[in-house]
Amino acid sequence: MRAFDYVSPTSTRQAANLLSSTWGNTEILAGGTDLLALMKEDVVTPKRLVNIKEIADLRGVKSDSSGLRIGSLTTLAEVAEDAGVREKYPAFAEAVREAASPQIRNMATVGGNLCQRPRCWYFRNGLGLLPKDESGKELVEEGDNRYHAILGNDGPARFVSPSTIVPVLIAYGAKVRLEGPKGKRELPLEKFYVIPKTDRDREHDLLPNEIVTEVVIPAANGWKVAHYEIRQKAAFDWPLAVAAVALKMDGSSVQAARVVLGHVAPTPWPSPQAEAALKGQPANEDSAKKAADAALANAKPLSQNAYKVQLARVAVKRAILKAAGGAA
Amino acid sequence: MSTTTHQPQKSEISFTVNGQRATVHAHPMERLLDVLRQQVNLTGVKEGCGEGECGSCSILMNGVLVNSCLVPILQANDADIITIEGLASQDRLHVLQQAFLDCGGAQCGICTPGMILAAFHLLSKNPQPSREEIGEALSGNLCRCTGYTQIFESVAEAARRSTGR
Ligand SMILES: Cc1cc2nc3c(=O)[nH]c(=O)nc-3n(C[C@H](O)[C@H](O)[C@H](O)COP(=O)(O)OP(=O)(O)OC[C@H]3O[C@@H](n4cnc5c(N)ncnc54)[C@H](O)[C@@H]3O)c2cc1C
Ligand code: FES
Ligand code: FES
Repeated sequence: MRAFDYVSPTSTRQAANLLSSTWGNTEILAGGTDLLALMKEDVVTPKRLVNIKEIADLRGVKSDSSGLRIGSLTTLAEVAEDAGVREKYPAFAEAVREAASPQIRNMATVGGNLCQRPRCWYFRNGLGLLPKDESGKELVEEGDNRYHAILGNDGPARFVSPSTIVPVLIAYGAKVRLEGPKGKRELPLEKFYVIPKTDRDREHDLLPNEIVTEVVIPAANGWKVAHYEIRQKAAFDWPLAVAAVALKMDGSSVQAARVVLGHVAPTPWPSPQAEAALKGQPANEDSAKKAADAALANAKPLSQNAYKVQLARVAVKRAILKAAGGAA
Repeated sequence: MSTTTHQPQKSEISFTVNGQRATVHAHPMERLLDVLRQQVNLTGVKEGCGEGECGSCSILMNGVLVNSCLVPILQANDADIITIEGLASQDRLHVLQQAFLDCGGAQCGICTPGMILAAFHLLSKNPQPSREEIGEALSGNLCRCTGYTQIFESVAEAARRSTGR
């Protein structure tokens, strides 16, 4: 770990002013469950650390006319136990309970979860988001890419977006609110994730001096939502595929659908193809299978991860059937 | 504004551990695990994976169970910490420690402090947990020796002994 100083501001505005406008100089510290590991391995080497844990305004779950507002410092454990979340957004509560372990959920914050860095082992070894060797050869393409992307991977980014709670948040239509020195902005959560094209790009639509302040989930009126993930073991490893589905039914047929995949692409991966395949159909085994095929139709596995295509298909199909069977 | 800039590197950090006040000098991103073991001599806090996956470094911080290998020391400032060393009273083992001994819940012992703290945390909230609740509460703790059955039994036995059933 390199030398750095740290500051503990008590307001978001102070924090934004303490952050540099250039990536690399400063880092935000929330629960630290990701950042500590990144700094220990010198993957990130900030000159200043901005500890946001003392900003009281960023904590807690509130509800108002825009829906449920989750402050970015709320821990995953607090979200999983929140009565409003469990009652109105059960699929989100389930995804949070399935994430990581009890110990990690007690420390990890929602904002940190949204902004956590990819688990790609090249990245974690300090080779960057778009790892290359000296001759410019792309390491993931040639190397161990078992857990890498099967969609949105025509290069140069081939890592997968790590959060397992973001796909279901997108299915609920969640928005993320940010604050920086120039003020506040809000964007649909799916727009917060971008595929980096050059070594200077980040995987988030986030300025170096912006802070995620809250996540807003609109009322789930009439949407039936489900989350489904496929893991090798029940805990401690990362999923191989995640799917989240929201269905709005008109009698027995699907009036509108949202289908979002996770752990398959450098961003959470909404699938308009699957959504179109479901529209106007009854939600059953047959339509779910067709939608799952549509979601993966453009998949391009790398040398070692073709198995993920079928797993992702199964995840999409099961999430659709689960949503069709359950309440919002 | 309580903004504090710390330079040079080491900061003074104080917390309560097992009821006693401790003050240490550490880099803000040093792991709580290392500070507890090296500066406070609480070597019951075990390092397994160092990555948040095994739970052997579990401790209670302000009443919640956390992995001390993922906690930057700066976030332990003013915290109230309990480690395995804080459970026994003078010459008497804690009921969980005794139950782990009696039921074969500990073999090599590396996972045991974390397991017992996870169980302690569970029983403090839920004195009569079901098998399923025990499994869920210990799901962040890996054991490579026992196959878990004796561990779950130890926790169930401790619950029986302390609720007198
Ligand atoms: C063993 C293990 C298993 C895990 N399993 C899962 C899983 O199954 N599913 C899952 O989704 N996650 C999983 N995680 C990841 C975990 O959820 C994240 O590490 C955690 O949510 C990060 O939150 P934090 O508050 O600790 O963030 P920190 O470590 O403090 O920060 C993480 C990153 O986000 C930035 N950041 C933090 N807060 C903000 C903010 N408000 N605004 C802008 N930037 C910010 C930081 O600068 C840093 O780059 C796992 C982690 C571990 C170690
Ligand atoms: S050493 Fe901390 S979780 Fe394994
Ligand atoms: S007793 Fe050896 S790891 Fe659990």
